[in-house]
Amino acid sequence: MGALTLTVNGRRRTYRGAPFTRLIDVLREDFRLTGAKEGCGEGECGACTVLLDGAPVNSCLIPVGQAAGRRVETVESLGSPEKLSKLQQGFLDCAGAQCGICTPGMLMSAHAHLKSGGRADDASVRTALSGNLCRCTGYQHIVDSVLAAARGRKKRKAARK
Amino acid sequence: MRGDARSMTWTSPRTPAQAVRALAADPRALAFAGGTDLMVAWNMGLLNGRAVIDLSRLTPWRAIRAAKGGLMIGSLATHADILRHPAVRARFPLLAAACATVGAAQIQNRGTLGGNLANASPAGDTFPALAVYEAVVHCLGPEGRRALPLLEFFAGVKKTRLKPGELIESVFLPSLPKPARAEFRKVGTRAAQAISKTMFAGALWLGRGGVVTDVRLAFGSLAPTVRRLSAAEAFMKGRRLDAATAAEAAKLLDADVSPIDDIRSTRAYRLAASRGLLIGFLHGKN
Repeated sequence: MGALTLTVNGRRRTYRGAPFTRLIDVLREDFRLTGAKEGCGEGECGACTVLLDGAPVNSCLIPVGQAAGRRVETVESLGSPEKLSKLQQGFLDCAGAQCGICTPGMLMSAHAHLKSGGRADDASVRTALSGNLCRCTGYQHIVDSVLAAARGRKKRKAARK
Repeated sequence: MRGDARSMTWTSPRTPAQAVRALAADPRALAFAGGTDLMVAWNMGLLNGRAVIDLSRLTPWRAIRAAKGGLMIGSLATHADILRHPAVRARFPLLAAACATVGAAQIQNRGTLGGNLANASPAGDTFPALAVYEAVVHCLGPEGRRALPLLEFFAGVKKTRLKPGELIESVFLPSLPKPARAEFRKVGTRAAQAISKTMFAGALWLGRGGVVTDVRLAFGSLAPTVRRLSAAEAFMKGRRLDAATAAEAAKLLDADVSPIDDIRSTRAYRLAASRGLLIGFLHGKN
């Protein structure tokens, strides 16, 4: 078994093991980043969403060999319990989390959408989150959370000008 | 049983020739592009013990570029690459629209056009658009290159005419005159993440007096492979596009498709919904 390196949340990490091991297993078992969750294991639910070179992907569908030399960001990169990101704060303020299993994936899809300049309107946010299922069906609060965070982002940008 | 990563061997060829050699040497080897279909089967434990040939390092195969007489889309271009590409959006909008309905962002960022073709699902989302555009699939194998028209590329449900050791290199879309009307429609259970019950792509060209000078109509999920509606197309050419022509064309749908009852829908629903899509398109009302 060879070793491969990837950048996870800004840190270079080395993985020693089978290259076909799923990225989600390497993140959770080897790197102890347990934010990403395995829901369905077949790319339907999005609970395992992480960013690969900035784009949202299902980490349950990626062999770690294909992440070699690339940049991975997990929900742990957003904020800490002491200092939440604006998006995380938006989820807290608007009750965007119920049972919490889908939340890390929702956050990463929303983060990718806003960071890439995606539009902060209801329809665009719903499309950006359409690969993330919430079985508590709290979708309205989740969309509200993202829009609240996006409005904060816009205000801060205006204030800087 | 679950997938066992240690039972898999993994090679990442750096050149197409290396990839073809590796695939030709082991008929059971898996050519692995975005993995959005293969990983589902592997997670269920269906592919243990196989050799995996990772195509992701063949970066030139991800390019989308102008080619003589059309556009060449590399087999490793992702659905996200395709739906965002300005030339695809401007000249082949049905393909961009189809790519936007593949899963959601996570799948669009990983799944590739070549993978979609090689998987050969009857419900492959890109196929009706590719059929309307008369795409040509370029393959590379131990005996060199060959080009297969899209409708000849598929051999049946989940079956292609790729030979042992052959890989899809690119898909060529020939330029076409701007149609008077073009549309892609997918009917599924939900707006997102759905596998289709039926799927339509069409383009038509009109001459003086509203006479149909050319028309291309294609459906997915209504037969083992994507189908062009040869009978309806032949009937419509040279006729005025009116309600009677549309109604007759919709009647001729059955001549080219053979939908079945399955977990996603029924034959009766598929036919009724497809006729509705067709009539709506021909009336310009969808």
